[in-house]
Amino acid sequence: MTTTTLAVLVPLLPFLGAVAILLVGRRAPGFVQPLAVLPVLASAALAVLVAVSQGGGETLSPGTRLTPTGSVPIDLAFYLDGFAVLVAVAVAVVATGVQLYSTGYLRDDPRYPSYAALVSLFTAAMLLVVYSGDLMVLLVGWEVMGVCSYFLVGHYWETAAARSASLKAFLVTKAGDVPFLIGLFVLAGEAGTFRINGILTAASSGDGLAHPTVTALLLLAGVAGKSAQFPLHTWLPSAMAGPTPVSALIHAATMVAAGVYFVARLLPVFTASAAALAVLAVMAAVTMAGSALAALAQDDIKRVLAYSTLGQLGYMTGALALGERGAAVFHLLTHGAFKALLFLGAGVLIHVAGTNSLAAMSRMPELRRRAPDAYWTMTVALLALAAMPPFSGFFSKEAVLGAAEHAALGRAEGVPAAVGWTVLAAGLLTALLTAAYATRLWLLMGVPGAPPATGSPAVDGTPATGTPAAAGGPDTPAPVAGARTGSGAPGTPDAAAPVAAGLAPDAPHPTAPVPVVMNAVLWVLFLPAAGLGATVGWLPGWFDGTSLAPTLVTSVLGTGLALVGILLTYATWRHTTALARTAPPVPVAAVPAHPGAEEPARSEAEAIATHEPAYGSVAAAADPADPGRLLLGRLHRHAAAGFHADRLWAALAVRPTLAAAALVRRADRDVVERAVRAVAAVPGLLGALVRRAQTGNAQTYLAALLAGSVLLAAAAVLLATGTGA
Amino acid sequence: MTATGPVPLATELLSAGAHAAGAQAPTAGANAMRTHAVTLAAEAGGRGFLSPTGVEIAFLLVGLVTLGAAIVTVTTRQLVHAALWLVVALGGLAVEYLLLTAEFIAWVQVLIYVGSVVVLLLFGLMLTKAPIGRSPDADSGNRPAALAVAVTAAVTLVWVVVDAFRTTWIDLDEAGRGSTAATGRMLFQHWVLPFEALSLLLLSALVGAIVLARRDGNGTRGRDGGRGRDDGGNADRDSGRDGVTEEQR
Amino acid sequence: MHLAYPAVLAALLFCTGLYGVLARRNAILVLMSVELMLNAVNLNLVAFDVWLRDTLHAGQALTLFVITVAAAEIGIGLAIVLLVFRRRGDSGIDRLRDTAEPPDPRPGGAPDGAGTPADEPRHGGPRTPVRKAGTTA
Repeated sequence: MTTTTLAVLVPLLPFLGAVAILLVGRRAPGFVQPLAVLPVLASAALAVLVAVSQGGGETLSPGTRLTPTGSVPIDLAFYLDGFAVLVAVAVAVVATGVQLYSTGYLRDDPRYPSYAALVSLFTAAMLLVVYSGDLMVLLVGWEVMGVCSYFLVGHYWETAAARSASLKAFLVTKAGDVPFLIGLFVLAGEAGTFRINGILTAASSGDGLAHPTVTALLLLAGVAGKSAQFPLHTWLPSAMAGPTPVSALIHAATMVAAGVYFVARLLPVFTASAAALAVLAVMAAVTMAGSALAALAQDDIKRVLAYSTLGQLGYMTGALALGERGAAVFHLLTHGAFKALLFLGAGVLIHVAGTNSLAAMSRMPELRRRAPDAYWTMTVALLALAAMPPFSGFFSKEAVLGAAEHAALGRAEGVPAAVGWTVLAAGLLTALLTAAYATRLWLLMGVPGAPPATGSPAVDGTPATGTPAAAGGPDTPAPVAGARTGSGAPGTPDAAAPVAAGLAPDAPHPTAPVPVVMNAVLWVLFLPAAGLGATVGWLPGWFDGTSLAPTLVTSVLGTGLALVGILLTYATWRHTTALARTAPPVPVAAVPAHPGAEEPARSEAEAIATHEPAYGSVAAAADPADPGRLLLGRLHRHAAAGFHADRLWAALAVRPTLAAAALVRRADRDVVERAVRAVAAVPGLLGALVRRAQTGNAQTYLAALLAGSVLLAAAAVLLATGTGA
Repeated sequence: MTATGPVPLATELLSAGAHAAGAQAPTAGANAMRTHAVTLAAEAGGRGFLSPTGVEIAFLLVGLVTLGAAIVTVTTRQLVHAALWLVVALGGLAVEYLLLTAEFIAWVQVLIYVGSVVVLLLFGLMLTKAPIGRSPDADSGNRPAALAVAVTAAVTLVWVVVDAFRTTWIDLDEAGRGSTAATGRMLFQHWVLPFEALSLLLLSALVGAIVLARRDGNGTRGRDGGRGRDDGGNADRDSGRDGVTEEQR
Repeated sequence: MHLAYPAVLAALLFCTGLYGVLARRNAILVLMSVELMLNAVNLNLVAFDVWLRDTLHAGQALTLFVITVAAAEIGIGLAIVLLVFRRRGDSGIDRLRDTAEPPDPRPGGAPDGAGTPADEPRHGGPRTPVRKAGTTA
């Protein structure tokens, strides 16, 4: 088979798998798991084959005319270069891992067939985006991903958070997609083709594009929406209301990678405009620093990871702003590996702990023992996230920082030095912060030596208070067993009794084992997360050829700052834990309702649904032992709320829209509907009047008839008289 | 001065009608035109409203009686009186026919209308248990509208008719025009076919009247119709109808 | 003779009949009025026949026919009136309102027709037992 045939099969197989699942899923549930895993697995194998046969050499761009449109034709085309084949491998591998993981995670979910089909479809769409050599076909995959993310984020649609998060993800990305679509048309109109190679030729030819800045900025809006860059980033933390494998898929392989990948693919279009690069750099810098600060304040483990994704994507867009797509895609690959690992590990932890709250997890010293695989793989992944050598994240991040230094010193062609400085400064600051929140996450993740739960002394209190959580076995439907109480209140111990009672040693609870397949996936993903950095010398041959090896200055600077962050966080943590021991018990309303329930997804759905009632916020928790609280100081409150980006959007977009909707509704009800009713009422009234004439009295009818004819006759006579005279 | 308009209109219409009537006899149209010319010429000879002939005076007086009887017929509150006043009106009309030299029609009028139709109507009144004496609800609530329509129609018609025919005179000199012999000849020479068709119409009317007025033998209609009070009147009604139809024949 | 005399007399008679048709309640009186109208037409026919001296005597022939048709009409009309009277016990034509639009959808169109006795227990039906039950209790 030729490389092209193989490449056709790569997106096609998951798509066919999705169709097959949707067709047979209801009738033959036994076929769903193989249909979910095998096509994606085969697709991953084929992607590897395609990568090997392409080998980073000549770009393959076969194509066939899909439809003549009259002006700019649309082609079904591939554009297979080193970036495409490697990203496709990453996407397919991560998707395979996610599908395998989901077979365990959503084992007993009644909606598993549709879920698996959507994940396959999601993967197929992303692979289409990766391989497509025609922007219209790329757009198809791009929008299919948007729809799939809507459904998958809303998988737990019984909870209000998931419903609103799915809508938010859909609307925010669509808000970016509208300018994106316009940008595509502008681009195609100027280049005369939707083919990527044609556009690249047009962009790098003598006079280039007519309006490079406008085009690039329009496209950047869509990229910001998909890749969750400031200011369109707000959907990503909210999307944590979806199942954990979906989060892994969105963050590591598909959705958010699409934006970065798109820019990398059309980089000459963006580098043609210095303004676009500056905007990209500022966007990246704000996203990086802001998200790292916000990650430091989150209580939900998945939200920490979500904000960290924002930051890492910021690195990628920063690298793109420097014109260094090799570094960007390199970071995309390593980030895909370790972030998928982090999310899947977090899924295991949530399953075992029965909560997604770090404040509650930090009071579970048993956690590490009960989920050792997740603990150790996540430790490595966090080290990679913190860019500690020799793990993968170190190399890719140093590639970005090295490129930034390169540009800042004015050695990069066509990139303003200010862009370089911006990315460099933000990148170094983010390196410090990333290390800090990674350390915080690791420390709060159930490290030995952590203080016992503040509520644990009350375990031996009244049995009644302990009952709900202790009885929170698989057969108990009551999900919420926690309570939020005022700090230092006299009744606090009692009220906080159910908090960690579920994990107290003397209150054992039935624990279902973590499905083997979930742990296996963790270890499979562990390999690239740990060792992908080793490819640093080999990748430039696949990419543009520029060296990705770490330079000395940035390595020392970056790693040093990361170490500072780690140490600082550790010291703070020592301080806060000591403080928390001595301080009066403060309620931490962990909600381990179904810890280790039969089905992992169920405990997660309940954890998501109960976080806000228990803590009063979907993101933060009032935990005195949290080092992030001390580190951030006054900033903590704002950081926990994501620096009020949601509120900003609410004020800027949501409220005006709602007001306009209310106006329209009122206009509809008071004007249109009233007019319609009046239009109906007037004939009704006339009808009632005419009805009165229908007396049934033939004499009346005859009188009216004769009166009419007499009138006519009289009128005729008068008229004849008038004309005769 | 405004009345000059309808005159040509009406005369034109009438002469057109005369042409149509005399289509198969060209002399008729010429005859009509000649008559018209004669009447127009005679106008100059001193005839007018202010110098009525004896026939005219008689016509006028009988007409007044007829009209008065007709008005009483439609306004009286005593139903039987209305029928009797109708006799007067119809009889007056018979006299008018005589004055217009249509003697056969006058006798037919007396025979059929005064003799049978009014008797039939009186039978109807009796059979529907019409009250003898003044009945307060002889007129319906439609009366004002009826009055308005009738008066308007009367004004319009009289105006048009007077406008059209104020200079037209009838020449009553031709003797025997409406005699029985002439009418019989006319009927059975020229109008045989309509005459026979009319006999069919009368037959079907006879059958229809019987079917309508017949009482069902099994008494299914007795419940809502008679309510068991006019078994005796049944025979009267039947015999009365038989008598009527005989008279009609 | 002046043609205006019979013509005006015919017009007035016609309008008198018209008034009677529209204003009278009793169906037989209405039939009388119709006769008046027909006779007015007959007078016109005779007068114009004499005036035009039609050789075919069309006016007089038509008058005879109209008289015959009027006789048939009065026979049929009286039969109908009798039928209506037998069914309803009334010959007032303004009370024959079966084709009227009911102001409210209520079963039973004739307010004072033959159906009234049959309707009476149906209307009072639901109320009477309740009242009885109330009094006995």
